[in-house]
Amino acid sequence: MTERILSASAALSEALHEEMKRDETVFILGEDLTAHAGLFGQFKGLPENFPDRIIDTPISEAAIVGVGVGSALTGMRPIVDLHFSDFVTCCMDELVNQAAKIRYMFGGQVKMPLVVWCPDGAGIRAAAQHSQSLEAWFVHVPGLKVVVPSEPADVKGLIKSAVRDDDPVMFFQNKNLFSRQGPVQKEEYLIPLGKAAVKRQGKDVTLICYGSGYYLCLEAAKILAGQNIDAEIVDLRTLKPLDMDTVISSIKKTRRAVTVHEACLTGGFGAELCALIQEELFDLLKAPVKRVAARDVPMPFSPAMEDFCMPKVADVVEAARSAVSWTASR
Amino acid sequence: MAEDAGMLLELYNRMVTVRTFETVAGEYFAAGEIPGFIHLSIGQEASSVGVCSCLQADDYVITTHRGHGHMIAKGADLKRMTAELFGRKTGYCKGKGGSMHIADFSIGILGANGVVAGGLPIIAGAGFSIKMRKTDQVAVCFFGDGAANRGTVHEVMNLASVWKLPIIFALENNQWASTTPLEVSCAVEDISCRAAGYNMPGVVVDGNDLIAVRKATLEAVERARSGKGPTLIENKTYRIRGHFEGDPQKYRAQAEITPWQEKNDPIKRMYDYLVTDGILDEKMNLKIWDDAAAALEEAISYAKDSPFPEPEEALEDLFVNP
Repeated sequence: MTERILSASAALSEALHEEMKRDETVFILGEDLTAHAGLFGQFKGLPENFPDRIIDTPISEAAIVGVGVGSALTGMRPIVDLHFSDFVTCCMDELVNQAAKIRYMFGGQVKMPLVVWCPDGAGIRAAAQHSQSLEAWFVHVPGLKVVVPSEPADVKGLIKSAVRDDDPVMFFQNKNLFSRQGPVQKEEYLIPLGKAAVKRQGKDVTLICYGSGYYLCLEAAKILAGQNIDAEIVDLRTLKPLDMDTVISSIKKTRRAVTVHEACLTGGFGAELCALIQEELFDLLKAPVKRVAARDVPMPFSPAMEDFCMPKVADVVEAARSAVSWTASR
Repeated sequence: MAEDAGMLLELYNRMVTVRTFETVAGEYFAAGEIPGFIHLSIGQEASSVGVCSCLQADDYVITTHRGHGHMIAKGADLKRMTAELFGRKTGYCKGKGGSMHIADFSIGILGANGVVAGGLPIIAGAGFSIKMRKTDQVAVCFFGDGAANRGTVHEVMNLASVWKLPIIFALENNQWASTTPLEVSCAVEDISCRAAGYNMPGVVVDGNDLIAVRKATLEAVERARSGKGPTLIENKTYRIRGHFEGDPQKYRAQAEITPWQEKNDPIKRMYDYLVTDGILDEKMNLKIWDDAAAALEEAISYAKDSPFPEPEEALEDLFVNP
């Protein structure tokens, strides 16, 4: 096995090159794709190598996702680029009432191999309408799969599985992580949907995260180690289907858990995790499960305010410490 | 354009089948044997049968909540349709869809859509896929005057025209969007005039004249197949029944409906045409209606003899790879 260091963007582009070469029904559709190889340069090389299969559209999100749905129903494997994940609101009918429902309401007559690629997240001073993390909305819709990768290697392995999947996949990739680098295996590989990864072994507390939350946990675990707290990191990678087995076996070991995500707190995926954890492990838990998340306001523009609202490494450290000290105080 | 007599007779037959299906469905709905809601297209059969008669077997159709006619006109099986309306396991969608969400992908019907105008963005995908796959198919989306006012229609018509997609926008202007009449919901009388804004042909058609519908559709299909792009056809028609069966219809008077029933019924008009041309006589006509009634009786028996799905089957068919 050979590893190279790639950015998340490069990993995405490499994966899509491989998939588009492998299967000529795969194409990418969205706004402003060819001029700069995607708004964030995330599709580098694809416009040159697949000029007929990376397609610029008018600013018409409902029609764009409609093209995805209709072409998925008729033999293609579309990848729809939503420009900013915030714009899911402009095509909610197509995502929620159509893509998610068509296979089911027609009694399983068809498959819906559609990937909706959504750059999400805050921290780039883009303010309220370009900074959201909306994955929990889609977890709540039966019929959609939800993938939120963190490291470049995850991006590559998961997007390849998403493209090959016969069901609709919402793929959220954090804008702040596009330039993050990490080792990516040179040989072809897939990461199955619905498989979490234990990315750091630890015995005192389980940090459950996905997307940008992973990097907060990674930094927090280093700090916690200096305070004699040994944190285990479970990167969910896929929220639906959810690998609860990995979460449960980790917490059975640590008996404490903290959920970490960049989305705002109330009604976030952390709440779902808390519910599932207490249902399975109530008697075993040594402390209430803590949630780390963004503040419940639209993301403000001014840097100091945005930084204040986003979840930080210190928040994860504090939540983990309080989970551990809760045990001590009982 | 001289139409083939045998074919016209067959299309008359199909209109009678649609009318019979919906009349019988209405009776069983009123009797409480069909759950939920059904929306009938009685009086609009020339549009459904006329448009679909111009299509090849592998062409795509997307229909609406008022879609029984489009399904039957494209060749759907009466037994499986009836069973779906009755919520049975043997229905097209195994009882998961019902009247408003019915489909037969094996004959190119990409589904009825319960969301008004919900089919339009999807038809753009079917049209785009045809273009990518380089086949000679066309894609037809039926929608109503109510749907015409959804914002997505603008997005889709612009996109379809700028990409020259092989699409026929089959607008059935039946004058009523649920309980709201056209004149208070639409800034124009002829919705097809909006086609000019998308640089595509917009045609007003007497939607209760089967031959006129066919003429307009054949032109649109030819244009689509030859790569020239979409057409908006506006079939002017009238919704004889309420928005849904059981609609008390306090919003309109019978006096508005009667002239359409008496003087502008598409089936009566076709009957007159065929009799005048010596293609149809009363004896043949009676047999057509009797045969349609017998086919429906058979479909109803099939549905009623079919089992309901097991409750737990509700958990199936969500994902291909769960």
